[in-house]
Amino acid sequence: MTAAVRVKGAPRTGVDWFLLLLRVLLIGLIVIGLLAFIAQQIDPGNAFAKWTHDGEEASRLTWPQFRGLIVTGLSQGAMYGLIALGYSMVYGVLGFINFAHGEVFMVGAFTGFIMSTKFDEAGWWDGWIFIPVILFTILVCTLVATATAVIMERVAYRPLRGSPRLIPLITSIGVSFFIQNAVILLFGPGAKGYPPNPEWLEETIPGLGIEVKKLLVIIVAAISMAGLWYFVERTKTGKAMRAVAEDKEIASLMGIDVNRTIVTTFAVGGAMAGIAGILWGILFKSVIATTGFLPGIKAFTAAVVGGVGNLGGAMAGGVSLGGAEALAPLMLLEPLGVEGPSQLRDAVVFTLLILVLLVKPTGLFGERLSAEDRA
Amino acid sequence: MSTAEATKPILEFRNINTHYGAVHILKDVNLAIYPGELVCLLGGNASGKSTTLKTLLGMVTPTSGEVVLDGEVVNDKPTSYRVERGVTMVPENRRLFKRLSVLENLQLGAYLRNDKDGIANDLERIYTMFPRVKERMHQKSGTLSGGEQQMVAMGRALMASPRVLLMDEPSMGLAPALVQTNFELIQQIHEEGIAIFMVEQNANMALSIADRGWVLQTGKVVLDDSADSLLANPDLRKSYLGEA
Repeated sequence: MTAAVRVKGAPRTGVDWFLLLLRVLLIGLIVIGLLAFIAQQIDPGNAFAKWTHDGEEASRLTWPQFRGLIVTGLSQGAMYGLIALGYSMVYGVLGFINFAHGEVFMVGAFTGFIMSTKFDEAGWWDGWIFIPVILFTILVCTLVATATAVIMERVAYRPLRGSPRLIPLITSIGVSFFIQNAVILLFGPGAKGYPPNPEWLEETIPGLGIEVKKLLVIIVAAISMAGLWYFVERTKTGKAMRAVAEDKEIASLMGIDVNRTIVTTFAVGGAMAGIAGILWGILFKSVIATTGFLPGIKAFTAAVVGGVGNLGGAMAGGVSLGGAEALAPLMLLEPLGVEGPSQLRDAVVFTLLILVLLVKPTGLFGERLSAEDRA
Repeated sequence: MSTAEATKPILEFRNINTHYGAVHILKDVNLAIYPGELVCLLGGNASGKSTTLKTLLGMVTPTSGEVVLDGEVVNDKPTSYRVERGVTMVPENRRLFKRLSVLENLQLGAYLRNDKDGIANDLERIYTMFPRVKERMHQKSGTLSGGEQQMVAMGRALMASPRVLLMDEPSMGLAPALVQTNFELIQQIHEEGIAIFMVEQNANMALSIADRGWVLQTGKVVLDDSADSLLANPDLRKSYLGEA
């Protein structure tokens, strides 16, 4: 991960110059974009804005619009954060990226689809009874996703314990395909629509300007993250988990059951992905067998941005990624005169990944790995 | 301690043989560790010292022979079973959980215990024994100096409330000035009635505090005697104590 860091005293090669250029270009783009944004907020008709908008005046971003973008970013980012935790925890304990983790999220979203459809038929996906019903649905989605993750560990990864890290990594890609195709086989290849949310969920809280459903997503995600933090930092099992992540041999010398701790890690990561899955369904009301792919990759990006293996980093990475995805198109790209900037949200995410890898390869909160850890 | 109690060993090796693949490591090794004694195991590189410790703890399974704990054959019992019954180890190079706090390291030492009061008492005892550890209890253990880490490693092992403490090269990697202090600490622990089984390169120092010693050579016990006679043994002086 230190490819972008040049050895001191070594002569710059062409690659070094290219990377330096890339860094300067990306940071320059951000600075100029932000300055242009501020300028057009003050005077939409300034010379630069006219030049980038083909002589037209640029449009100001109003406060409600800006607030809406932040809330959207936060709710999306909270879900990325929840998924990212699973990548980060499994990496911490087993040292490989479980690329099938996005599928656990998708299974959560699918379970939510099945449950919500059934409840809707019973007339319970509406009104105030929705509150206990959604809590129950979240619980079931969590359990199904947890079971998926635990079975995955038992069937696909445990037999590979002790083999080189590349092998479980490639296996995880296989597991990912397997789950996607199993879902297609069971439910067909088409997109499945969630039933409409209760009307009150779609309303905007007067005065605050936040949609109730986005608020629900943010609150549920925040509670889940707080719960996870408590579990990992304050409980005996959490302590055992951190010990296993650091040194399995000595952890077992303490009397910790390493295998059971690894299962717990998968279970907790799966639970978080399951919660993210049902929240995703409520927000976007649609799920398909490939739903796990893009959020999964973005959550992986969030984990890297925050510093992989670091739980606080995964959450912060998720939220900043969601924020960047929501804000950057209108605050950076639009002022630079890019057309249809909202189509470039995915590009923003992966550009951020490249930028982080160029500037701080260990992630925002990551510790520098010792040579021993990296081996 | 009554003689009847003292004659029953806590840990025993009966004709132990171990292999790593085709390589024969320990060859018909017989050992016994009695309550409250301090014994050391000497031997050159690759003589099987670490394997002996790992076999005692169940991290390596012997190919033949019996590992006996309190009269029970424990060959197929996991490490946790032995730790629960009072056998634990201070590993080579300390191996603390560097990203965890000092307090968390100590708490993990007591992972298998459920007696809250006993754990709290032992924690106090360790803080009294090592006041420096108490000062640093909330720091990440990776930020501690080598000497402090050695104290935490010993404290962590003591938190398991052991009857036998295995020590793998306790003075390895310590600054020369700390080696002496380290042996004093080991003696202090021993005086509390805990049996100590120490693997050590520093044969002179180890034998000066030990009751008995064994010498292991390419997997075989070649000498088994009191520490005093071993110190006086001309062969041993030649090969391990650095005398021509």
